[in-house]
Amino acid sequence: MPKRERRSGNEAVAEAMRQINPDVVGAFPITPSTEIPQYFSSYVANGDVDTEFIAVESEHSSMSTCIGASAAGARAMTATSSCGLAYMWELLYVAASDRLPIVMSVVNRALSGPININNDHSDSMGARDSGWIQMYAEDNQEAYDNLIQSVLIAEKCRLPVMACQDGFITSHGVANIEILEDDKVKEFVGEYEPENYLLKHDNPLAVGPYGISPYYMEIKREQAQAMKDAMPVILEVGREFEKMTGREYRFFEEYMMDDADVALVVIGSSAGTGKEAVDMLRAEGKKVGLIKLRVFRPFPRRPLAAAMCKVKAVAIMDKAESFSNSGGPMFAEARSSLYDLPDKPYCINYIYGLGGRDIRVDDFYDIYNDLFEIIEQDDPGDVYRYLGVRDSRYEEEEQRMIKETYHPGAAREYGIDKEKYEV
Amino acid sequence: MAYNLKKEAEKKERLAGGHRLCAGCGAGITVRGVLRALEPEDKAVIVNATSCLEVSTFMYPYTAYEDSFIHSAFENAAATCAGVERAYRALRARGKVEDNFKFITFGGDGGTYDIGLQSLSGAIERGHDMVYVCYDNEAYMNTGIQRSSSTPRFADATTSPVGSKTQGKQQNKKDLTAILAAHGSPYVAQTALIGNMKDLHEKARKAIYTEGACFLNVLSPCPRGWRYDAADLAEISKLAVETCVWPLYEVEDGVWNLTYEPKEKLPVEDFLRKQGRFAHMFKPGNEWMIEEAQEYVDRKWAQLLARCNR
Amino acid sequence: MTLRKTKASEINEKCTWQELTLGAEIYEPATSRLVNTGEWRVDRPVFHPDKCKQCLLCFPYCPDSSIPVADGKRQDFDYMHCKGCGICAKVCPFQAISMVKEGE
Repeated sequence: MPKRERRSGNEAVAEAMRQINPDVVGAFPITPSTEIPQYFSSYVANGDVDTEFIAVESEHSSMSTCIGASAAGARAMTATSSCGLAYMWELLYVAASDRLPIVMSVVNRALSGPININNDHSDSMGARDSGWIQMYAEDNQEAYDNLIQSVLIAEKCRLPVMACQDGFITSHGVANIEILEDDKVKEFVGEYEPENYLLKHDNPLAVGPYGISPYYMEIKREQAQAMKDAMPVILEVGREFEKMTGREYRFFEEYMMDDADVALVVIGSSAGTGKEAVDMLRAEGKKVGLIKLRVFRPFPRRPLAAAMCKVKAVAIMDKAESFSNSGGPMFAEARSSLYDLPDKPYCINYIYGLGGRDIRVDDFYDIYNDLFEIIEQDDPGDVYRYLGVRDSRYEEEEQRMIKETYHPGAAREYGIDKEKYEV
Repeated sequence: MAYNLKKEAEKKERLAGGHRLCAGCGAGITVRGVLRALEPEDKAVIVNATSCLEVSTFMYPYTAYEDSFIHSAFENAAATCAGVERAYRALRARGKVEDNFKFITFGGDGGTYDIGLQSLSGAIERGHDMVYVCYDNEAYMNTGIQRSSSTPRFADATTSPVGSKTQGKQQNKKDLTAILAAHGSPYVAQTALIGNMKDLHEKARKAIYTEGACFLNVLSPCPRGWRYDAADLAEISKLAVETCVWPLYEVEDGVWNLTYEPKEKLPVEDFLRKQGRFAHMFKPGNEWMIEEAQEYVDRKWAQLLARCNR
Repeated sequence: MTLRKTKASEINEKCTWQELTLGAEIYEPATSRLVNTGEWRVDRPVFHPDKCKQCLLCFPYCPDSSIPVADGKRQDFDYMHCKGCGICAKVCPFQAISMVKEGE
C-alpha cells in the first residue's frame, strides 16, 4: 500500500532516489537543492542504499563523475540549482551528445547577478538548448513522481533528463504526498542494461571523440531525432505510471480548458496559484482555463498549439528572461508553435517571479481580465510585458505587484510614443 | 621482479599506430610506456583530458586504444575518471562486472597543472583507486604552444613570447609533483623517457598497482614547442635529467626518495642549448638569464636532496 | 532493419546520419590501425638486421608503435604507421637503423 507522508519537495526527491538506489551519485551542495545530497548522504551512511556517493569538489565535477559513471554502465544521478547548473553548462551538452541517461534534479533558482537564492526558471531555461529532456513539477507529489519516471524515460531515450521543481516554494514547502512502496518503484524503473559500456567484458567502448566537420552535423541530427523520439516515450512512461498510481502525466495538464474563452500557460508552482484564480473567475461565470506545461524539452509544439487554439486569447507566463527584447523563452516557443495555424489566439507574455518575486491569485485574476479586454478590443497591445516589478511610470502608491497596464493599440502605435509603450 | 625490456616487449601493444600525434611526439612514448606496465590480464579504462593526445588518439571513428576510453572535457579528466572508478566499485559489488580494471587518466600539463588542477586535487583528496599521468610538455601545445604554469622560466611561448620588453615566461615552473605529494597521495613520482624506460616502467607499475589515487609526472618533450630536431628526443630527455632540471624522484606514503642522482651534474646550459625555445638566452647581454636559470636549478636540487635525506 | 553501422571500417565521410554510430561511440579496439599515417613520412627508417643485436632499445621509443616485436625479437618497421621521426635511429647503439629520404 502506498503511504501518505509529509514530505518537502527535496525530501520527496531524496526518497525517490533512495527507492531507486542508483549505482553512483556525484553531487555538490547549492541552495536550495543542498538537502537532496544531504538526505541522500544519510541514506548512504545508514546503509539504506548501496550507492557509491561521491562528494565532489564542484558542480562541474558532479556532472563529470556522472558522465564517467554512466558511460561505465552505472545508473548515475545528481542534483543542483542556479550557478551550479551554470557551472556544469559545457558538460550538459557532452552528456546529451554522448547519449548518457543521467537523471538530474534541478531545484530552480535565479541565476546571479545579483546573487539571489530564490526561485525562478532562469537556470533550467538557460540550459534549454543543451539537449536534455526537461520536465517541471507543480508540487511535491509531481516532483516525486517525475523523478521516478525520469529514470525510465532517460534510459529508453538514451538522453539525460532534468527534473525541475521550484526552489523553496516546492523544495522546502511541506505537503502530504503519496509515497509508493519500495519494491513498486524498483520494479517500475527496472535495471539499467546498456548495450555497450566502458566496463563491458566482450568489447571495449570509446566515448567522446574529436568529431570533425564531416561528422559533427550528422551526429547532431541523430541527437535531434532522439529528442523527437522522446515524445511518445514520455507519454508511454506516463501511461505506465498512471496504471500504477492513478495519477495522469502527459506533456501538460489542461485545467478547465474545454469551454474556456481565455487561458494562461504557466510552468511550475505558480500553476497552483493560477488554478485558484480560475476557480474564482469560474464562480463569477467567466469561462477561463489554464494550461500547466510539464515537459519543456522536447517542446510539445503541436499538442500545445492545439490546446491553446481552444481559446481566443492566451497569456504565456515566463519566470525567466531571455533578454531577447521580445519576451521570455516560453513565449518564444509557445507562440511560434501557433504561427502556421490559420485560427490562432492572441498571445501576450508576462515576465514574472524573477528572483523569487511573489505572484498572487489577484495577479492572475487581473491577467484574465486583461485577456477579456484584449478580445473585446480585438487588439493584444504590447505583447511583451512585466508583472510584479515596481515601476515609476505608474502613479499608484502601491509598491508591489504592479502589472503593466494594457495599452490598447500599442502594437500598432509602437514608435510613436516609445516611452509609454516600451518595457 | 627485475625490469626486463624483452619480456615487457612481448606484451600486446595497448596504444596502436595510426593516431594523429606529431612524428616524434613524447606523449605517444609516455602513453605506451605507462600502459606497458599493466598486467596483460588486467583491463583498463583510459581517460583523457582534451589535449594533443585526446584529439589525436580518438578522432572519430579511429581510436588508438585497445582498451575502453572516455574523454569528456578539458579540465575534468580526473573527475570523469573518479566517476568511472566508482561505477566500477558499484557494479562489481552488484555482480555486474567481473573483470579486473585499472583506471588511468592522461592529461597534458595544461589540463593538469592549470585548468584541471581543481578536479585533480578533488580526486586525489577523495582517494579514488586510479592513477593520473601528466605528460608534461611544458606548454599548451594543442592550441599552439601557449605558456602554462609548467613552462620553465625564460622559455619562449606564444603567450609569453620573446619581445623587446620582456623575454619569455616570467615565472618559474610550478612544482606540481610536490603539490600532489602534499595531498597525502600514497604514491607520486616524477619520471622521464630515458635509458631503457626502466624508471618509467617501475614508477608506472607502482602508481597503477598501489591502491589509492596516485600521480605520475612524465617529462614528454615536444619537437614543435621546444624546437629541436624530433629525432633528438632521447638526448633531450637525458639532458633534462642529468642537469637536474627534471629530477627523478618518488614520494611513497609521504617518504621522499630520490631515484636517480647524476654522477656528474651537467650545467643547465647543456639542456637549454639544444632547444629553440631557449635560443634567446644565448644572445649577448642575456648571460644573466642562464645564471638565474642555473641558480634556480641548484636551489631546487638542494631542496630536493634535503627532502630526500641525501 | 537498422542502417546504423557498428564497424569503424564501414564509416567514412559519406555516411548518412542514420548510418553513423549512436553518440559517436566506437565499439572496437584500436580502429586507428586502419589509418595510413605512413603517408606522412619525409624520412624513412631502414632496418639493418645484420647489425641489430636485438637489444630492443628502439622499441619503447617509437611514439607510433611501429617497431613490432615477436618471439623476443624486433621485426621490420610497420611502414603503414611509421612517421619517420628518427628517434629510433638515434637511440640505436649499433647503427642498425639508418634514415633515408622517403622515395629513395
